[in-house]
Amino acid sequence: MEFALSEDQRLLADSIKSFLDETVPLDETRKVATENDTAVKQRMTEGLGALGVNQILVPEAHGGLGLAALDAALVHEALGFAAAPISFTGTMMASRAIAEAGTEDQKADWFGKLVNGEVRFGIAMTERVNVREGAGLSEEDGKLSGKALFAFDCDDATHIITADQSGALYIVAADAAGLTRNDMPNIDRTRMMSELLLDGVDAVRLDGENEPGNAAARVIELGRVLLAADTLGAMQNMLDQAVEYAGGREQFGRVIGSFQAVKHMCAEMVAEVEPLRALVWHAAHAIDTDPDEGPVLACLAKALAADSGQFVARTSTEVHGGMGFTDLVGLHYWFKRIGLNRQLLGGPERVREDAAKLQGWAA
Amino acid sequence: MDLQFSAEYETFREEVRSFIEANRDKAPTYADKGMKNPKRLAWQKLLIENGYAARTIPADYGGYGAEPDILKSRIIAEEFARSGVPGGLAGQGISMFVPTLLELGTEEQKKEFIGPTLRGEIIWCQGYSEPGSGSDLASLKTAAVIDGDDYVINGQKIWTSTAKYADMMFCLVRTEADAPKHQGISYLTFSMETPGIEVRPLVDMTEAAGFNEVFFTDVRVPRNQIVGKPGEGWFVANATLTHERGMLGNPNAAVERLFAIADIMHKETLNGERLIDNPVFRDRLVKLQSKVYAMRANGLRITTAATKGESAGLAGLIVKLQGCELNHQLAALAIDAMGELGALYGQSDYLRDDGTWQAKYMFDLGLIIGGGTAQIQKNIISERGLKMPREPKVQKQAAKA
Repeated sequence: MEFALSEDQRLLADSIKSFLDETVPLDETRKVATENDTAVKQRMTEGLGALGVNQILVPEAHGGLGLAALDAALVHEALGFAAAPISFTGTMMASRAIAEAGTEDQKADWFGKLVNGEVRFGIAMTERVNVREGAGLSEEDGKLSGKALFAFDCDDATHIITADQSGALYIVAADAAGLTRNDMPNIDRTRMMSELLLDGVDAVRLDGENEPGNAAARVIELGRVLLAADTLGAMQNMLDQAVEYAGGREQFGRVIGSFQAVKHMCAEMVAEVEPLRALVWHAAHAIDTDPDEGPVLACLAKALAADSGQFVARTSTEVHGGMGFTDLVGLHYWFKRIGLNRQLLGGPERVREDAAKLQGWAA
Repeated sequence: MDLQFSAEYETFREEVRSFIEANRDKAPTYADKGMKNPKRLAWQKLLIENGYAARTIPADYGGYGAEPDILKSRIIAEEFARSGVPGGLAGQGISMFVPTLLELGTEEQKKEFIGPTLRGEIIWCQGYSEPGSGSDLASLKTAAVIDGDDYVINGQKIWTSTAKYADMMFCLVRTEADAPKHQGISYLTFSMETPGIEVRPLVDMTEAAGFNEVFFTDVRVPRNQIVGKPGEGWFVANATLTHERGMLGNPNAAVERLFAIADIMHKETLNGERLIDNPVFRDRLVKLQSKVYAMRANGLRITTAATKGESAGLAGLIVKLQGCELNHQLAALAIDAMGELGALYGQSDYLRDDGTWQAKYMFDLGLIIGGGTAQIQKNIISERGLKMPREPKVQKQAAKA
């Protein structure tokens, strides 16, 4: 029995973290957010690619690193910690989609492309969780039509993983004929969401699975854990910043961190961060190893990340006082990252209902 | 990350299970009243002989003498809880006084007290808190003045659980009136039958009297009944306070509590609808489940750190704060799910589960306060965990002004 990260996992997390520390200090993030600076994004994509982030969930047999969901979660924790203006959620969910639903030929083909760095995936699966505005895709003669909303990682993707209304998974090329992508600017200026309009778009159906929907559920389960880990990283950074700020700022002739009113806020943040860290690790481990508890834990981790994240985002901002509200400190990048993660692939009420269903507590 | 126990531990778990099944009929039940009921003492003796109580206490002092192994201790706790058979005796003597003696007692004290305490023959109570000294325990005023070969104690203690039944007290008293507050305290032990001790039960909000007030009037205690040296009592007591925090918060208990509430919500109906079918109540249940599972995982992380001899850091410091709060919220949900039935307290045909949820809801608030209040816990987390500055001392501020 060992509930801890391995030496390799600590090294992986540290290497991603120090790369991001150097490559995207806040000023660089700001350039992406306010000037859409593509050079910064390019440096990150290449650097993280060189560290193997694209291939974390690609099996070794296909030339990948063959690591587990927990490793992917640690990468997300580091990305969230840095508020990195880039996302690998789509690529990692795609790896799982191909592993769960692809035929052997499809695996060889697409994993190969992932390892070579030829492809980068976006995800358009929101309608498997929440359908709004009449969105949804249907398939006819190998072509997909309809509308997909709140797709993520699609703005710089070469390919997109999506699902039709039966839950079957498809890969479409981002530049395919009949596909229109429109930006959906959102609170988080570092990660774009997209509206996809499909009109008879050529799609590769991932048809190695027996029952449509099962693979889609596995992909969403992974995505939820990764988003929870991303929020965890962002929370840790907001807590660290609050403690540092409270240790330097003076009012009434004392550093404000010596006031119990302030330090209790910091202690309360710790009491949210630490249990969530343990739950995210547990969920990430369990979705690979425990078919009974894994799916439930994934929902619970996503829900707790949403709630604990909201508390820390708000409390850290308050510890910073008026400065927390400005763009000068830039705390809002983490605040908004946590806010967007909360809604993606289901808000807390939605995922808790899924957890209830998985346990037979709801019809 | 590996959540399976290795073969060695699975074998050990089987041994524990076989022991419990083979000896279940010897275990005391609720009906075997009295802390020194012969059946209870015999059970404790059997558990010690087999290494399921006093496991790591050296055999020379009456323990089983095993090497410390946190995973085995956890397995024992899990298996006894699962089977519903009582485990080894707890209480302040075994959980706090014995570890203190092992660390800081003289050989003579260890020989005299540890064995009988482990066997349940000596029941202890703890004399720390006073009416004027709660969170600021080191300000305690109960005085012990030297008179010949004795200390003479005058003062009052409060929150003294088991004082009514206890044979002995371990007690903090002020022996050096002029020393700085942390350096004028000594740690004495004495019989509760010593003349001049009066115990008055203290009724709490649950209507039970689990605590007491203890009054001392010219209580004479021989000077050699001290643990550590005169003036070192604060240091001695802090060894035991660490043990008390370690006692609180069992993650498995919270999981069991959660599923007990899920059962209630499947059974109880409101306007003909099961509570589990009510989306608002169901959401509260799952929301608490996310927190309970998070604390369960946090507990596994702490256990792993302990097996490696590492500090669990912040993950350990939050356990008392979060664990007690969570238990209180669980009881609150059970009561709300019962609605009007949850407000019943006392004899009624409509009362559910003997009113345990109502008692828990109130008692858990006591636990949020006791053993270091939630606010003191937040001071500890921020000052020790996050290295934030301490509150400036009021006296020093006043002196400056």
